[in-house]
Amino acid sequence: MLKRVHFPASLLPYLLVAPQVIITLVFFIWPASQAVYQSLLVQDAFGLSTEFVWFENFVYLWDSQQYQDAFGRTILFSAAVAFLSMSFALILAGFADRVIRGSTLYRTLLIWPYAVAPVLAGALWLFMFNPTLGIIPFILEAIGRDWNHYLRGNQAMFLVIIAAAWKQVAYNFLFYLAAMQSIPRSIIEAAAIDGAGPLRRFVTVIFPLISPTTFFLLVVNAVYAFFETFGIIHAVTQGGPANATTTLVYKVYNDGFIGLDLGGSAAQSVILMILVIGMTVFQFRFIEKRVQY
Amino acid sequence: MAEIKLDSLIKSYGPDQVLHHVHADIEDGEFVVIVGPSGCGKSTLLRMIAGLEGITSGEVSIGGKVVNGLEPADRDIAMVFQNYALYPHMSVRQNMAYGLKIRGLPKAEIDRRVQEAAEILEIGAFLDRKPRQLSGGQRQRVAMGRAIVRDPQVFLFDEPLSNLDAKLRVQMRLEIRKLQKRLGVTSIFVTHDQVEAMTLGDRLMVLNGGVVEQFGTPIELYDRPETVFVAGFIGSPAMNFLPATAEGGVVTLDNGASLPGAGGVSGPVTFGVRPEHLVPDAQGPIRVQVQVFEALGANTLVHGVLEGTGTELVVSLPGHETPAPGDVLHYAAPSEHHHLFDAESGARIAP
Repeated sequence: MLKRVHFPASLLPYLLVAPQVIITLVFFIWPASQAVYQSLLVQDAFGLSTEFVWFENFVYLWDSQQYQDAFGRTILFSAAVAFLSMSFALILAGFADRVIRGSTLYRTLLIWPYAVAPVLAGALWLFMFNPTLGIIPFILEAIGRDWNHYLRGNQAMFLVIIAAAWKQVAYNFLFYLAAMQSIPRSIIEAAAIDGAGPLRRFVTVIFPLISPTTFFLLVVNAVYAFFETFGIIHAVTQGGPANATTTLVYKVYNDGFIGLDLGGSAAQSVILMILVIGMTVFQFRFIEKRVQY
Repeated sequence: MAEIKLDSLIKSYGPDQVLHHVHADIEDGEFVVIVGPSGCGKSTLLRMIAGLEGITSGEVSIGGKVVNGLEPADRDIAMVFQNYALYPHMSVRQNMAYGLKIRGLPKAEIDRRVQEAAEILEIGAFLDRKPRQLSGGQRQRVAMGRAIVRDPQVFLFDEPLSNLDAKLRVQMRLEIRKLQKRLGVTSIFVTHDQVEAMTLGDRLMVLNGGVVEQFGTPIELYDRPETVFVAGFIGSPAMNFLPATAEGGVVTLDNGASLPGAGGVSGPVTFGVRPEHLVPDAQGPIRVQVQVFEALGANTLVHGVLEGTGTELVVSLPGHETPAPGDVLHYAAPSEHHHLFDAESGARIAP
């Protein structure tokens, strides 16, 4: 016999969810709708006149070679950051998983970079790679390589990729380590008895078993590289030289606040918003299901 | 030929020594069960033989070759784990073939061996399923299959039956026994269950607190336990232990009852007799005041105390008996079923 409990209608449940609803409305829904509205407008540089132009801003972006270049650059940047930070984190976690003595210290040290603010992370790498003062150009010079990321776009891109990936390694490391430690020890031991060496165990047993984590991190890292690397790029290259490190999110800032094209910048924001929504849906819909065993 | 020799094995974790000088000679094709209460070091000992646990000192040799420095993979052993440790992302077939693939066997040979093992274990129907789609008993069989396809010199079993329900456990126990006899592979089986140990093993090693209490056939352990621990551990219900004093060939129980004892022993001893060896006898020296009885059908277990003392005692009587609480019953035990242990050390005193 199923007993149903009826609560008298009251204000209380609404009051209880109100803080969350208000925060979401004020800080997410309202700015987002403002951005959507703004993306349909064109303003002159002095903000004196505003014109409603429907999708003209988007059409302009669609045709813009600069925007297409930024798009391709962002994809390259994201792929490189995700690949570098994830593979490096995977290797570190693989070793950390085997460490017994001093493991707490080892893990703590590896988690530190995550606590560093993006701008500071950028500044650290900038200092190390400074063409006149930095230690790395000094070493490179000794082996006959000239480093100057202020002049060379490829080198600038390389530098922001390294800085962005370095910061994300700690986060990926934590997830990979947790995933590895949730694998029962006896499975690894069984593989050892079956004759698999450490590398083979990693490739044929550990890596497949942590694949759900890999998929999860892939999306998280892509989102990170797309949207949260503004601070690093701003500190290291300001999008230069010659737009060589201008990713989509940096271009939003550049066009909006430097170029004062508010409508065009808002349109770019909306595109980014759609991208991140798409990635999140993808993650929840497909990746949650994509568990291999 | 794969006889196993354990020579003065010691295992310490820092200052804590968990295994003390374990010696054993295990013959080729023998089934040895290591049994003891939890925490006695039995799994550690097995893992040392497997190479999963370092050896503090002493030697392990398999087939005449010292394997101390060898990786588990190079010891030519196969192990069945308590939780089966199947690779969850591989099918049953891949699970079984994994070790063979690594050893670089030709594909046809791998297929043949997997097929053969699947037939022996009757798991041919679900070779292409994943472990999670199998029941506990089926997983157990796959784990066994993974061990036998390798055709190793030694099988190691680490409490493989403890996750199964009671009925399946009895069935698998029998199957493991048959399989081992059929394949003739030297095997070591760890368990905390003395019934499992008695039914499976050619010989039993009883471990307690990291010390080998006794190593012998099940019947030797039952008939002539070397220590109080072995006497109490092997056999169900457990042996009765009565404090007593030996003097001039006579053993006197705490309530003054006298039994014929061993000559040449004097001082405090522990007198042991199994519940099933006590027989009703109006003149019997062992007087039991009944507290409760348990009717098991085939026999009746009478729980009581030795009259005049607080020492608890169990008597196993065949058939149905209904003694009333408070009754005093008289029992005798044939002298060949008497056991005498030193009260201090717990070691057996002749006979």
